[in-house]
Amino acid sequence: MTPEEFKKIGEAHQKKRESFNYNINVCTAAACVSLQSEKVKEELIKQVKEQNKKDDCRVSGTGCLGLCASGPLITINKNKALYGGVKPEDAPEIVKNIAKKPVKRLQIPTDMPFFARQTKMALEHCGKTDPEVIGDYLAKEGYEALYNCLTTMEPNEVIDMMVKSGLRGRGGGGYPVGLKWSTVHKAVGFKKFVICNADEGDPGAFMDRSMLESDPHSIIEGMAIGAYAVGASHGYVYIRGEYPLAIKRLRAAIRQAERQNFLGKNICGTPFSFDVEIRLGAGAFVCGEETALIASIEGKRGTPRPRPPYPAQFGLWGHPTLINNVETFANISPIVRKGADYYASIGTERSKGTKVFALAGSINNTGLIEVPMGITLREIVFEIGGGIVGGKKFKAVQTGGPSGGCIPEEYLDMKVDYESLAQVGSIMGSGGMIVMDETSCMVDVAKYFMDFCRSESCGKCAPCRVGTAQMYNLLNLISQGKATMHDLALLEELCDVVRNTSLCGLGQTSANPVLSTIRFFRDEYLAHINDKKCPAGVCAIEHKEEAVL
Amino acid sequence: MNDAASKDKRRKLVDATMRRFGHSSYALIETLHTVQEAYGYLDDENLEYVSEALRVPLSKIYGVATFYHFFTLKPQGEHTAVLCTGTACYIKGVPAILSAIKENFGVEDGDTTEDNRLSMLTARCIGSCGLAPAMVLDGEIAGQVTPEIVVDRIGRMIHNDT
Repeated sequence: MTPEEFKKIGEAHQKKRESFNYNINVCTAAACVSLQSEKVKEELIKQVKEQNKKDDCRVSGTGCLGLCASGPLITINKNKALYGGVKPEDAPEIVKNIAKKPVKRLQIPTDMPFFARQTKMALEHCGKTDPEVIGDYLAKEGYEALYNCLTTMEPNEVIDMMVKSGLRGRGGGGYPVGLKWSTVHKAVGFKKFVICNADEGDPGAFMDRSMLESDPHSIIEGMAIGAYAVGASHGYVYIRGEYPLAIKRLRAAIRQAERQNFLGKNICGTPFSFDVEIRLGAGAFVCGEETALIASIEGKRGTPRPRPPYPAQFGLWGHPTLINNVETFANISPIVRKGADYYASIGTERSKGTKVFALAGSINNTGLIEVPMGITLREIVFEIGGGIVGGKKFKAVQTGGPSGGCIPEEYLDMKVDYESLAQVGSIMGSGGMIVMDETSCMVDVAKYFMDFCRSESCGKCAPCRVGTAQMYNLLNLISQGKATMHDLALLEELCDVVRNTSLCGLGQTSANPVLSTIRFFRDEYLAHINDKKCPAGVCAIEHKEEAVL
Repeated sequence: MNDAASKDKRRKLVDATMRRFGHSSYALIETLHTVQEAYGYLDDENLEYVSEALRVPLSKIYGVATFYHFFTLKPQGEHTAVLCTGTACYIKGVPAILSAIKENFGVEDGDTTEDNRLSMLTARCIGSCGLAPAMVLDGEIAGQVTPEIVVDRIGRMIHNDT
């Protein structure tokens, strides 16, 4: 297909959209769907018909609008209204008032910091296009980046562009994308693979899921560009089996892309061929680790293996393999379209561009945000996030899931990038951000994460298998008020051993939640051990009456 | 393998998946997904069948089936309640909900009630952190639940069809 042809499809869709005075977009991403946004959509369609506004209004589904706390969300393009908490019974009023004043009681101001402070790159199309219609994506310059790469750029030039953009892997490690791509490009092999890691296992993180549900084509396009750059002809998306909606949308998107020849043989009439298959994960956190993920695609137990050799040289079935995370691939086509310099102009010295975060926990505006690197935590929590629920006192923000740490109030003015988060003992991780208030006990939080690591440890190496279980036992003792200072010292020592001797990232980082809470909230540990008290009142400590002798 | 099973429509789905991958051993996880989707759980008979067809030892299949949380070797009850135990849900009160369920229905994580009416499961994170604490009751997500709401909704769910 020529660019003129697919531009025509895009324009036709755009024209159709514009032929209606009012486009009502109903958010159909998982959070809103679970609040019955599908029913709202049906009711709106019914009302448009009943009130005879069929030529005037069009109701369509759209991707994530971000503010999941106030779902189900709908937007109306003309008067730029955003409604939240819409119920099916609100539909008549919304349709009736469409040409008049917006319905005040449902309206959410769009100039609030939550929307105004964001910079959208990876989430560019989320909430603006219908994820189930390829024409919508084409109308937003979709697949143009791929076409330009294939027709005007050499693979080397694409890689150079990624190097220049400064993009780093968004899965957690932060490995430079350009470097990884050039390693796979240079690796010798008659067959190469591209894998998109969509096995988002961090509890409290839902960025990848929302991106796949809201804009699946941008991920497919990113993968295809990556495949062209490294010389791969086959790709896999390894996606969590627990995300049925994302799987369904991605499947549909792959089929549409194949039909329009953006995937398959001789893409857009060029010699480049590439196809994508979906592989379902089956609920193992360790499969987010690249070598474990490869083992899982090969149909085996998802256990990691020592590196090197890295998958870039020896990956899937022994072939050179490029593995990147969903968000990384979502960033590729905006970089190609807008230029590496533009991307590099956002962010900090060593962390370029934007990052998507999933805000959750005790915060008013839970949802999905995309902010430039270098923003402070205070801005994220108190401006974009709208502060703590119920006016409670902020205690800590947890980043990076079970591999990350808890950051206390004194570091709230710290800039968010890979290096500074590592400095305070946490990691960027995939982007989950859980805010905790004064009612959370940090010992309990550390115990929760250790319980997670203990049960998710694959059991291959002893430090992780045994170490996490022992650390959990010690934390359990502390939270029950049965521990001594010796136990605390032992816990710290164990953290050091597990961190330095485990085989893969899961074990190496499993001590982070414990170490960071001991570092910043030592007094809480001491209160549990010495005073047999839980300051937040979460841990159940049995108080035994001291025997009178 | 008996005749009744080979004529089973569900078995055809399993065959189709294996055929799609040319009966290669790396089709194992995809095949187990299909078996679980069709039969509700991984039963011994099907595991033996898959083992033979893919030429993967039964011990290895057992290893894979027990490694991944998504697979279950036990049949599920008529209704399922899945409680999310992700971080956001946890700090908003999952332990209290778990104990309320145990108290009222006598089931713990991974159990099915004796009358086979309710299976209780926990999930690592269902990704609906904005609705924490969240639950999935027979496939429908219930958000911002409290122990009282959970007990009431599960009660109605399992008694509705009697």
